[in-house]
Amino acid sequence: MCGIVGLLVKNQKMRANIGELMLPMLIGMTERGPDSAGLAIFGAPVAADSRKFSLFSGEEDFNWVKLGHDFEKHLSTKATIAPKANHAVLTTSLEPETVKAWIKDNYPNLHLLSVGQLMDIYKDVGTPAEVAARYDFKNFSGSHLVGHTRMATESAITPAHAHPFTAGEDWCLVHNGSLSNANTIRRKLQHEGIAFETDNDTEAACRFLQWRMREGDDLETALNHGFDELDGFYTLLMGTSDQLALVRDPYGCKPAMIAEHDDYVAIASEFRSLAHLPDIKNAKVFEPSPKEMYVWKL
Amino acid sequence: METLKFDLATKPLREVNQFLHGDASGLDGKTVEIENPNGAHNIAVGLKADVQVTIKGHAGYYAAGMNQLAKVVVEGSVGSGVAENMMSGHVHVKGFASNAAGATANGGLLVIDGDAGLRTAIALKGADIVVGGSVGSFSAFMAQAGNLVILGDAGEGLGDSIYEARLFVRGTVKSLGADCEEKTMGAEERKILVDLLAKSGHKDVSPDSFKLYGSARNLYNFHVDNAGAY
Repeated sequence: MCGIVGLLVKNQKMRANIGELMLPMLIGMTERGPDSAGLAIFGAPVAADSRKFSLFSGEEDFNWVKLGHDFEKHLSTKATIAPKANHAVLTTSLEPETVKAWIKDNYPNLHLLSVGQLMDIYKDVGTPAEVAARYDFKNFSGSHLVGHTRMATESAITPAHAHPFTAGEDWCLVHNGSLSNANTIRRKLQHEGIAFETDNDTEAACRFLQWRMREGDDLETALNHGFDELDGFYTLLMGTSDQLALVRDPYGCKPAMIAEHDDYVAIASEFRSLAHLPDIKNAKVFEPSPKEMYVWKL
Repeated sequence: METLKFDLATKPLREVNQFLHGDASGLDGKTVEIENPNGAHNIAVGLKADVQVTIKGHAGYYAAGMNQLAKVVVEGSVGSGVAENMMSGHVHVKGFASNAAGATANGGLLVIDGDAGLRTAIALKGADIVVGGSVGSFSAFMAQAGNLVILGDAGEGLGDSIYEARLFVRGTVKSLGADCEEKTMGAEERKILVDLLAKSGHKDVSPDSFKLYGSARNLYNFHVDNAGAY
């Protein structure tokens, strides 16, 4: 199974409370995905010359402050580190390649979850309520977000296998469904020089889109290639710096519901994750058609 | 008439369904309202009494599944499998329905005012289904008996491998499935259509605006040309 949720808040005043609005959406999808959960939140941008690096450590009580000091000392630079349990967001003006190489050399067990100016990613094993409490999802502010609750069917239950996945800066994807040709796609993309972090089928879809966009496709063209090449069942929800995008496979095997309101656009696998939203009675609630692309801009 | 009200915000759905599964003689003729359904699954499934149930909002999967005798009205949309395997009674969805609406339904009437998703009336076994909007792809797949009336359009593969169900479509059909073909509408079929339009709140819609589709019956028997394949 798996559950997906997305929320794009149009009303500026409500953006401070996006975490609180979202929390019942994520917890509402617990039955669809009880083993792991994750969230990509698009918040206030960092300075124009800086980037945020979302990091994850499998170790309990990882010393994030020490990592921050090491980073500044080794690279003779200024950086900030904002830890939250097993996650931390490192903000620096150094180039991603420099940061990635430094992490690989000095902290090889750390996972780099995302890079961007707006987006932070948190994902971990546990029920959606547990993961949300661990990382304080409730107090997040921001303009839009993409969330996922996972019921693993094809690969292990680890934080790295949880969603969202990223493919490029400020770009993430969550998936409900399963791909039957993920291994074929992975082999093909490895020949194109694309590196994989897990054997997860969603990562294969994510890297496929990353590859298409690297080859010059815009998101819509990349997804049209996806319809041709991704074999399986999927509802995919993607987040970029200024938009959310949703597609369902041509057979409509996996669900989605959309609520469009003057104040927000909310997406979830099922209506029960939308029912609590403010003034939902006056929202336009509908089911997206298969093989159609839906895009909402900020 | 006595109206019993349940609020799913405070009362567990299982208790409401267990009440509705109680002694039929105590339920016959009663009216029940269910508030705050909020997309919950399995609301009013397995009813066996002549009771009227109104769901005051959006319902989740399998709403009014396996219905017998009861009249269930949903004042909102429904998730997958509304009235699946209905035996008798009447289910009315005022919004839209997701996939597999009325799957394998044996009897009774399912009315959906809005659109219905993919695989509507899949393996239909005798019930009547009227959809005010359009239906998605692969609707009436392997439908065996009963009637499906579609006031809007139908998606791809309508009536694939159909047996003896009747498919009335007012709009366009994107494509017909294997062994499904357009039929001439005779007096008998026309009467069925007129009755169903009247029963589903569409009495002003002209039956002349519909086309009838059914089985070409080419898949019923083994074709000798295929003998070489074995």
